[in-house]
Amino acid sequence: MVEQPATDLGTSPDDVQFRFRDDEMVDHATVTVDACCDQTNATAVRIEPGDDTRVLLPFLDRLALVEVNFPSFADGRGYSAARILREAGYTGELRAVGDVLIDQLSHMRRCGFDSFAPDKPLDEEDAARAFATWENVYQHAFDTHGGKRHTIIEKRHG
Amino acid sequence: MYQYDQYDQAMVDARVEEFRDQARRRLEGKLTEDQFKPLRLMNGLYLQLHAYMLRVAIPYGTLNSRQMTVLGDIADKYDRGYGHFTTRQNIQYNWIKLEDAADILADLAKVEMHAIQTSGNCIRNISSDHFAGATHDEIIDPRPYAELMRQWSSFHPEFTYLPRKFKICVIASEKDRAAMRLHDIGIQIVKNADGEVGARFFVGGGMGRTPMVAPMIRDFVPLDQLITYAEACLRVYNRYGRRDNKYKARIKILVHELGKEEYTRQVEEEFAHLLEQGVEPPHEELARIAKHFGDPAFEDGPKTVDRSDPDFALWVDRNSHRHKHDAYVSAVISLKPVGGIPGDATGEQIRIMARLAKQYSFDELRIMHTQNVVLPHVKIADLHALWTELDAAGLGAPNMDTIEDMIACPGLDYCALANARSIPLAQRISERFDASGKTEKLGELKLKISGCINACGHHHAGHIGILGVDKKGVENYQLSLGGSEAEDVSLAKITGPGFTEDGVIEALETVTDVYLERKEGEERFLDTYRRIGMEPFKEALYG
Repeated sequence: MVEQPATDLGTSPDDVQFRFRDDEMVDHATVTVDACCDQTNATAVRIEPGDDTRVLLPFLDRLALVEVNFPSFADGRGYSAARILREAGYTGELRAVGDVLIDQLSHMRRCGFDSFAPDKPLDEEDAARAFATWENVYQHAFDTHGGKRHTIIEKRHG
Repeated sequence: MYQYDQYDQAMVDARVEEFRDQARRRLEGKLTEDQFKPLRLMNGLYLQLHAYMLRVAIPYGTLNSRQMTVLGDIADKYDRGYGHFTTRQNIQYNWIKLEDAADILADLAKVEMHAIQTSGNCIRNISSDHFAGATHDEIIDPRPYAELMRQWSSFHPEFTYLPRKFKICVIASEKDRAAMRLHDIGIQIVKNADGEVGARFFVGGGMGRTPMVAPMIRDFVPLDQLITYAEACLRVYNRYGRRDNKYKARIKILVHELGKEEYTRQVEEEFAHLLEQGVEPPHEELARIAKHFGDPAFEDGPKTVDRSDPDFALWVDRNSHRHKHDAYVSAVISLKPVGGIPGDATGEQIRIMARLAKQYSFDELRIMHTQNVVLPHVKIADLHALWTELDAAGLGAPNMDTIEDMIACPGLDYCALANARSIPLAQRISERFDASGKTEKLGELKLKISGCINACGHHHAGHIGILGVDKKGVENYQLSLGGSEAEDVSLAKITGPGFTEDGVIEALETVTDVYLERKEGEERFLDTYRRIGMEPFKEALYG
């Protein structure tokens, strides 16, 4: 078993700019997806765009933090990764890290991200506006799951 | 046709405000051009050779006279008096100022229109049969399903940063008038042996530099699982579509590289999973949407026209399509006047078409992927009056599906990607074939011209295709034969070495001469080509 160098991977609580959870933030070393499957004590993992998120599904119970890296904001694989984790019942922290920008925040929220650690801190006012841009949504995603929020179509039909 | 409710309106209004805010942050330097580019693209704003181009969405090509009038007004107010109808059943304006863009979007929003997702690596405007809801040969009106997909695909949180653009088409007839199998997803609504209505899914078609005809991956998806199945197709693509090379990023490459069977297996697995997630809109929503697409109040009337005016008779023969009600036809307004720019209309012409739609077609118009306009429900008794007005406005060209009714991309006159001009070539061809009277002899002949390998002019799908390339700094044109975007879909094959601009016009004369000599019975150019093959044409061109 190969130990992952903790300092090389993962964001620290200090890097988190927006968080939509009430629980205590974990400050664990984050390991790669491959390492996470091998290390039975790993509680935090980082998903890169090319990783198959589904290999993590057997271990969701022990994970408290999943970071999804966006090396470029234009690479949208992380949105699917987030939904897949939430659809599988993952309830821990789901953190978007990397090239996270204002105009992607609301979609990320919809897919299940509940914390954000952008490489470059974002303007607080712009971000607040972005999180609130879409009062209504057409389609189901994580945010509408289990009736937490209603889609336009649900609102239309009571 | 569909009308927005408060929610649809709130969505486009929110989008206008979001775009204003993005433009502000760009101007303040908070967004780099690289960061702003995909945002403006998702609002239809491209930077072209000379100016910004704004592409406005016309969902499944359907609009009313009020909307059409605004499109004409925008041409006059913000452009140089023209609009250009596109192969995506949209309209684009070629001379837009960035500072006007948000105001134009606001004008559009007032008539339930927008430019959302008309560009960018997201799900684009949904296209459909331009005769939907009017034609005699369809199973059901496909537009309620297209509208359901419009809503589902608008601001989809998971599929906004796909590997590449994504085009969906929905038809409901055996006749394919929308190039359905040349889409990323082509959906054909069908009836199964038990009389139930469902959807055939074709995935991985497209043109561009690697043209492919989409294979069928499912012959019947129940209509109450349509969105779920599409979501599964998209998720597999979003996760595994190539992102290392822009030119290999379309879903056609993924389906090709994985193989149809493996791609289908992954989709089916994802589909089974998503069925458990309950992402499908409830049936009541489809019923609500379908109510908007009910038949207008058709009346009985004469079923034939007075053919004593030969010009009128020719226009009726060429430009009308059989309607499901025998006292009506769908009338095609050609935007291919001899020597004109294919798909262009002036602001005034656009408003005239709007007025005629209100007067003669229950207030409805359609945009065709062949860059023409349809009045879907015209009383046969009104045809002569309609034609008289169209002709007076320069909109009466009787040339649907002839060589003059060509598709041509904007080419090097506008487009930053083009290698060669398309428009002047198109103009010369239509002038020449009209003057010689050959157009009429050739009958149905679909000519499609692209100014570069990105194939916006659909040259792969032309009975005859022309591709402009750059050969050591000189424009050069390759000729291809045998393509079709219809139900007999096929990809055209290149004849051989390319030609100069003059040379390719001569080559067109040559290959059409071969057809006229060799044609049997009622064969179209395409039929003769398929029967006799490439050799006789090659021989005549290069022999």
